Amino acid sequence: MEKMGGLIERIALAMAGKRSPWGKGPSGDDDGSGEATPPPSGETPKGPRNPWLPGSGAGDEDGKRRSASIEDIFRHRGPGGPRSGGGGGFRLPQRPDGKSWFPLAIGAIAALWLVFTSSHIIGPREQGIVTTFGKYSSTLHPGFNMTFPWPLQHVDTENVSEFRIEQIPEGSDQRLMLTGDKNLVDLSYVVRWNIKDLKKFRFQLVDPADTVKEVAEAAMRASVAEESLDSIFSGAGRADTENAVKTRMQQVLDAYRSGIAIQGVQIKKTDPPSEVMDAFKDVTAAQQDAQGYINSAEGVAQQVLARAQGDAASFDKVYAQYKLAPEVTRQRLYYETMERVLSKTDKVVVEAPGVTSYLPLPEIKKRVEEAPNLVAGQ
Amino acid sequence: MSDFWQNHKLSLIALAALVVIAFMTVIVVPETQQAVIIRNGDPVSVVNKFKPNQTYGRTGAGVWWRIPIIDRVEYIDKRVLPLDMQPQQVLSTDQLRLNVDAYARYRIIDPVKMVQTAGTVENVQSQLAPILSSVVRQELGRRSFASLLTAERGTTMQNIRKLLDTQAREYGAQVIDVRIKQADLPDGTPLQSAFDRMKTARQQEAATIRAQGRRNAQIIRAEADAQAAKIYADAYGKDPKFYDFYRAMQSYDVTFGSGTGSSQVIISPDNDYLRQFRGH
Repeated sequence: MEKMGGLIERIALAMAGKRSPWGKGPSGDDDGSGEATPPPSGETPKGPRNPWLPGSGAGDEDGKRRSASIEDIFRHRGPGGPRSGGGGGFRLPQRPDGKSWFPLAIGAIAALWLVFTSSHIIGPREQGIVTTFGKYSSTLHPGFNMTFPWPLQHVDTENVSEFRIEQIPEGSDQRLMLTGDKNLVDLSYVVRWNIKDLKKFRFQLVDPADTVKEVAEAAMRASVAEESLDSIFSGAGRADTENAVKTRMQQVLDAYRSGIAIQGVQIKKTDPPSEVMDAFKDVTAAQQDAQGYINSAEGVAQQVLARAQGDAASFDKVYAQYKLAPEVTRQRLYYETMERVLSKTDKVVVEAPGVTSYLPLPEIKKRVEEAPNLVAGQ
Repeated sequence: MSDFWQNHKLSLIALAALVVIAFMTVIVVPETQQAVIIRNGDPVSVVNKFKPNQTYGRTGAGVWWRIPIIDRVEYIDKRVLPLDMQPQQVLSTDQLRLNVDAYARYRIIDPVKMVQTAGTVENVQSQLAPILSSVVRQELGRRSFASLLTAERGTTMQNIRKLLDTQAREYGAQVIDVRIKQADLPDGTPLQSAFDRMKTARQQEAATIRAQGRRNAQIIRAEADAQAAKIYADAYGKDPKFYDFYRAMQSYDVTFGSGTGSSQVIISPDNDYLRQFRGH
């Protein structure tokens, strides 16, 4: 409750505007000199006071006004602690021994600044570029490194061995390229690159990633324009193109002194333009068709051959028997065949000559139907 | 604190003034920039000027000075700068059109000249871009369509680079490289006719493949027939007369014996089959 009272009093004082910036605080008055601050009500009628005076009570007791002296100012700065943190309502917290935190804070900030800006931990795949007032000094390698603090030296770290991937084109839209035989191909590819010289990478190019893309595009189009459409579709042609693009890109980027190493170029997709996709699919269908024709022809051929072989074999067998007894075999075959043939047919035996040559075949047929077993003739 | 301020007011102010003056005097030139010091509107010197094949660390970058207020410092990029072209339609000598998109890479090698002529890098860019377009159109327009596609291979790009470089030198810039980024058929008729050509070419290919398939099938069948004929000939050739008889018997069997339609046979008694009918 006392503390609360003191707080209220302090607020009232601050609002009354009577506190001198160098005056002691209302609480913690432990000098015990009798110069305690009088209640605000007692102070009000005194009018404006010299702000450098310590307190009104003492002055009144002396009965005279005196100008401020350094002693006055420091009178209340006993071991109890300074009451003025620089004036106004602002005060720094105090250390237990009563000294200000201020120098310690400054020191801590300075120490932090030193630690954070002069020690650098470079990751295993990173490198750091040290510049002294903008001028290149050295390159930091993985591990713990010390430099001069900022702003004397500045360290710029970059992952140098990570493969960066540029996908061209970025979306899945159709991107047509002209081939050497003036055909169009929808092609998308991926370029993998990393940094081989961080100094050049940092100091030579304005926008390295963009440069890689543009160089890739130029190289790819140049290479595709040297190939025919069919060779780009084929696997071997693709591999050739990929290698050609890689070499070409590396040459150009080296000429720019870019510090970039192209690790690989992969063609992901080579498609005909969607406008002519059907015609291309029809070619595949035609290949299937052609294979189909050949397959069925081979089937027929096998049948024909098998039949011929079968026929020839059976003839050979019969012929072998025939050779043993030609006359008998021949006659046996003849009779057997005739028997089979004639037993199933309607037979008319005509006693020649003089019989009418007109044969009413439908009539015969009718009679056959009526009396199947009738034998015409004799 | 306050007494310190009271006692050393003047020296503190002097110190602050010194710091301010130092900040106004000292300039820091990074590796990526060239600094032109301009005194009374005239460029007097260049810090960290581009020189080919410099080792980093031995360039002019770093701390430099100027006379405060009187000297003005203009920072010019020292790196390789991009120059993009608006896509251009190029008419080849055989009257075919091609949409060409190119880029150039340049750097400022004479910052003083650049400051005097163009002023800023942006100005250089805006002045060089139309020149690049016209040079590209002009040079590529001298070639046939087929050689446009492979323009990278010839001397064309070198010529374009040289032409652009001559112009760029006026602005203190050096053109390092010019490359064709894209060369496309313009939308509309040229593109459509290319599609049509591709389509008909494929249709023709498909037709050829089918015809070849049929031809191969025919050959396969014919070969089988020929081989079958040989097998038959080899077998039957041993005794043509017996073959005639044997085959006739088979044929009668098929024709009359196992055929579906009913047949009537009118046989004369003279028939050999009925020889025994007569009893003699």
